[in-house]
Order: sequence, then C-alpha cells, then structure tokens
Amino acid sequence: MKAQFFNEMYVGDDVRAPYAGLLNWLENTPPEELAQKRAEAETLFRRIGITFAVYGSEDTTERLIPFDMMPRVFTDPEWRKLEAGVKQRARALNAFLWDIYHRREIIRAGKLPGDLVWRNEAFEPSVIGISPARGVYSHVVGVDLVRTGPEEFFVLEDNCRTPSGVSYMLENREIMMRLFPALFRENRIRPVDDYPHALRRTFSSVAPKKCDGDPVIAILTPGSFNSAYYEHSFLADQMGAELVEGQDLFVDGDFVYMRTTRGPQRVDVIYRRIDDAYIDPLCFRPDSLLGIPGLMNVYRSGGVQICSAPGAGVADDKAIYTYVPDMVRFYLGEEPILQNVPTWKCADPSDLKYVLEHLSELVVKEVHGSGGYGMLVGPAATKAEVEAYALRIKSDPGDFIAQPTLALSTSPTFVDSGLAPRHVDLRPYCLVGSEVHLTPGGLTRVALIEGSLVVNSSQGGGVKDTWVMAG
Amino acid sequence: MHLTVEHTTTYSFESPRARVVQSHRMTPAASLCQQVARWEVTCDGAHFGADFTDGAGDHITTMTLAGPVTQLAIHVSGAVRTTDTAGVLRGHKEVVAPDVYLRKTRTTAPGVGLAKLADRLAEQDPRTLEAAHEMTNLVADTVVYTPGATDAQITAAEVVDLGHGVCQDQTQVLIAIARMLGVPARYVTGYLFSDAQGNAHEASHAWAELYVPDLGWVGFDATNRCCPDERYIRLGSGMDALDAAPIRGISLGGGAEMLDISVNVAAQQ
Repeated sequence: MKAQFFNEMYVGDDVRAPYAGLLNWLENTPPEELAQKRAEAETLFRRIGITFAVYGSEDTTERLIPFDMMPRVFTDPEWRKLEAGVKQRARALNAFLWDIYHRREIIRAGKLPGDLVWRNEAFEPSVIGISPARGVYSHVVGVDLVRTGPEEFFVLEDNCRTPSGVSYMLENREIMMRLFPALFRENRIRPVDDYPHALRRTFSSVAPKKCDGDPVIAILTPGSFNSAYYEHSFLADQMGAELVEGQDLFVDGDFVYMRTTRGPQRVDVIYRRIDDAYIDPLCFRPDSLLGIPGLMNVYRSGGVQICSAPGAGVADDKAIYTYVPDMVRFYLGEEPILQNVPTWKCADPSDLKYVLEHLSELVVKEVHGSGGYGMLVGPAATKAEVEAYALRIKSDPGDFIAQPTLALSTSPTFVDSGLAPRHVDLRPYCLVGSEVHLTPGGLTRVALIEGSLVVNSSQGGGVKDTWVMAG
Repeated sequence: MHLTVEHTTTYSFESPRARVVQSHRMTPAASLCQQVARWEVTCDGAHFGADFTDGAGDHITTMTLAGPVTQLAIHVSGAVRTTDTAGVLRGHKEVVAPDVYLRKTRTTAPGVGLAKLADRLAEQDPRTLEAAHEMTNLVADTVVYTPGATDAQITAAEVVDLGHGVCQDQTQVLIAIARMLGVPARYVTGYLFSDAQGNAHEASHAWAELYVPDLGWVGFDATNRCCPDERYIRLGSGMDALDAAPIRGISLGGGAEMLDISVNVAAQQ
C-alpha cells in the first residue's frame, strides 16, 4: 500500500537530495532534545495565540493547529517550475475575471458555457462593466497543490477571494528559526519574511486613480469571533495597515473614511476578509450589519479599491475550475504548466452516472463548499456513508463534482513512534498587482492521521514549515 | 409626450438618526424612448457623490446625511420627452449579457405554484412576443391587483399562492415565470402618467422587461396589461424589486421610520 505514494524524502532506501542535510541533522540530534523542542514549539504557538475554531465540532472552543517540526523541502528547480505554473494560473484567472465582467470573449468563443458564469452565485452582476485598478480582481491567489511524483504536481483548487493561512507560513518559519537557528545557518533556505511587504506593495499598486500620495490601506475583518481573526490582526500589524471592522468605516460623498481619534481618515485600499454578501447592505444583503453602507458605490465610481474585487469568487468555483487550463490557453496563448485533477461534473448526466457507479473510489465535493466540510472520500468511507452521500448527489447533482483519489505524496512527520510518512499538500500565495509575485514557500498542510488524505485543519490536519532551497 | 415629474419622498424618524446613507437609482437614462430635458434630485443638508453608470445603463448616486436626522425629504423634479416605441427599449446603452437575467433571486425563486403557471405556456416557444403577452395576461389574471395585500419582502411564489398583490408583486411573478421558461427578465421602475380616461394604477410604477430575440428588451406591464408607451418614464432596472429599487437606504439608530410619498406626473401641452 505504502509503495504507491511518492515519498518526498526517500527513494527506496536512498535519501532524496533536498532532505539530506535535514536527515544528517536529525541523526545528530538526541531524541530528548527533539522532544524538548516539540514542547517549546507548542508553548510558543500558545503564547502567540494562533488558534482556529472548528465548525461543526462538539467543543467549539478554539484549537491550536498541530505544528510538525519536520520541514517540507523543495529544491530550486522544483520550485521554479511550481512558481512559473502558479503565476501563470494567477494571470489567467485574473484575465478570465476581467473578461466575464466586460466583453465575455471566452463565452462568445464557445470555450466556456455562459450559464456556468451567469447563474453562478459568486458572479456579481452589479460589477459588470466596472474596471478595478490595473484590471486586477484577485490580488491574493491561493493555489492548492498536491504532488504525486517527482515531476507531477496537480492543482486541487484555486482560491481567488481571500485565501487564509498565510500567517502560518510566516509563524511556522519564525518558530523554526527560533528553535533551530543552526539549521538555518547550515542550509541555504530562501526567506519568506518579505511577504507582508510584498502584500503592501501589491495593494499600494492598485490604489484607485483618485488616490493622491501614499495610499492608506485597511484590513476589514468581521471581528474577533471570526476563526481567522488572528491572521487579520497579524497581517495588519506586519504590513502596517489599519485593522478595521465595518462600523469603523463610513461613506461620505465620493470616498470611504475611517473613524480615528484625529478625525476621519480617507481609506484608499480595503483588504476585506468578509464575503461579498456582507460588505454593503445597500448593494447586497440588506440585513447585513458587518458591512459599510455605500461602499460598493464608492468602489464602482473609482473612489476605493476593494481586494479581492467584488465578484472575484466566480473564478474559484469548483465548476469553473475544470476550465482553468482552457483559460491559460485562451488568454495567455500558453500551455498550462500545472495540471488540473481530472474532474467529473455531476451536472453532466454521463459524468453523474460514472460517479454514482464509482463512488467508493472517488473524492466528491460540493461545488460551493470549502474547508473539507461536506466532502466524501470514497476509499475511506463506510458503505452506509457512501449510500447516504449518493442520495445527496442525486437530489441536486449540479452541486457536486468528483475527482479520483489522488496518491498524495508523503513527507516525513514526527509521530509518537518517531518519523513516519504522512500525506501533504501545499498552498503558495501568489500576489497580483502591478507585478505578479510569489514568495518562495507556502503553507504545507499535513494529514496527521496515518493513511488519511484529508489535510484540512478542521479535519485533523497539521502544518509544517516549507523550505525552498536557494539555487 | 412631454411629461413632468414632481416626486417627494419624506422620511421621519421617531428618534434622531446618527447618519443616513442612500443609494439612488432615480435619474432616467436617455434612449430613443425618452429624452431627458431636465432632471434634478435634491435633499437639504445632504452630500451627493460616488455617482456612476452601471452595466445596465442606470445612473446611480450616493447620498449621505450626517446626523442627527429627524426628517429628510428627497425631491425629484424633472421633465422628459417620451416616444412610443411599443414597449421596445431602443437606444439604451448597456453592457450586461441578457442571459445574466436568468439568475434566481430570493424573491423570484421558483415554486410549485409558479411552475404550474409556467407549465400552461410550455406548449409554445416562450421567447416570442406572443408568449410574453400571454405570460403578462396570465399573471394579471392570477394575481389580482389589490393595494395593501402584501408587504415588500414577499416572494413571487408566495404571491401566486395568495392571488393578490400590487405592481411589485405582479412584476416579480412575471419575472419568475419568464426565467423558469428560459426567458431573460428584469424588474423595471419608473413613473406612469395617467390621464382622465386612463386606468393606470400608480404614478410611481414597476413593470417587467423580457428579452425577445431580434427585438431586444421589451417592457410588459402586468398591472395595466400593456406594453409601456409614451406615458412611461423608465428610471432603472435590476434582478428584482430590491435590486432595482430607486432608493436603497440605511440609517443608524433605533425607533420607527415613517415614510410619506407624493408623486405627480403631468403632461405638458
């Protein structure tokens, strides 16, 4: 069973080059010291306060995401390919968003069915014909990748709205450097700590035309009860932006202002960590108390830039996902560097038939779902679970897609008995503004349960530091 | 026809409001159906800004008023020269793909009663002028015009079960049925002039536009069983009544809100 998964550390009994330095270090470190470091790491995380809330779990208290001290390593050539592929995808997704809110060439050309866009909940008619600064809709694109072999990487999904988790990328590195400074002296690991500055540069580069001088940037959070609140405040602090809630902002005339002790301060760029539906009760849900009345009018008249731009979510919909390789060809005239996972759309009757006949082999997801909630992992499910899920699919096939169960690569992970292979994925964060930037690293999530292929933190996953070695 | 409009919307608040913010869709766009000679929206003490033209060609403005506000009155005063185009929206600049208006919204979502009505038209090609007229008459027969029978939040599905409603309800039912039959449909607001012989119901009015291939957008008024003519001034459109509302507003503070509306649409000789 184990042999069919690509192990990122070993080929047979030989250690793969990127892990050689690490293994050497491990062999020379006494187990007691490692145990002590693990305890220290946990203390540090608790002190920092990175926690997340698990929805649907019985105890709703906040939990610490388990941190694994064993880093995941990429070589320079491996990373170059990933970087080129992720940037290419981020450019294509933004080109697609511009297109569907303007001339809709891809639909006119018959490359993508219009219905999939027009009837999509995440498509936002109120921004048709509106042009965001530099034509960018998704300023932070989180591309979820899995690996199945030395050269084989697949994109599981794109996250074009406000992908979370980047604070773990930064904190994991910070903690590793504190615990093991020698490792960072002996290995040439590319730094990730410029991310907050790059994020700031990205947002500054998309300030609206009406902005004069240095743009004022604010991060809009739903508040401290939100599971990603820590990340919102962490990023605001790191990038020198204001952390605001809806009630801190107001619209007056052509602009959005922030209430401060020194009087109203105009805000030029808003990095919102709130869904479209809740940002402005005058344009979206009238009952929303989180948003800023009039914000969408200011945005649409060019007085503020909202990041990601309202309506960007349609590009990361799971039904649209299957067309991303076509987008790369259509908009960029290039062949996609990263592959999609083959996907069956249950909306299609022949796909639906196949999916229902092969449920126990497939991974089935809700089209609009995220976070690993409400999915079926066929090979790991009981017969009863598979049957119950089949009923759900039949009741609304258009809500589901299915993919083969991928042989996710493993990375060595500390478990009670020592090091053992555990399945991992990767989310790098691609920034899109006046330039397209990818920090060398990302969030590696690891399924801590032996054999599990679900890496989501809400489903018992942990995180690792991700190293990209300098060339 | 040369129509003049005087329209005042007065809000009174039981307790003073800290701040009022409104989005206005209250300025008619020029087309071959209407030329705007004069149009003004005013409100004492208010700040107007953040104005733009949206993808559907509607002019949108933002109005803010710093508190404390106990009362505010929005005056619309204008003059429009209208032309009868038999309901066809000609020369209106917009960029939205008609198929976008096949989307479901909360108030126009399908229901059993709506499906039964739609079934009665299933025999023919729904994307024709004749079918659109039939849909309009069917809605007028099914939903009897009854002022005060419904509230603003009611859905099309609920209206069909009730069998009564005002122009908003009839229009949303028509839109829901059209969309279920695959015909793009949208909600339109505006003004309606009624002369002594006319049987028009309201000066501040709502109707639907259905997309008919070869013709484009065509208006259908279920309340008056007709297509808009030179008595109509078109203000703006949307996916449903909420989306197309001439005024969408919010005010911070508690207590009741009283609304008083006076509309006068007159014809100049």
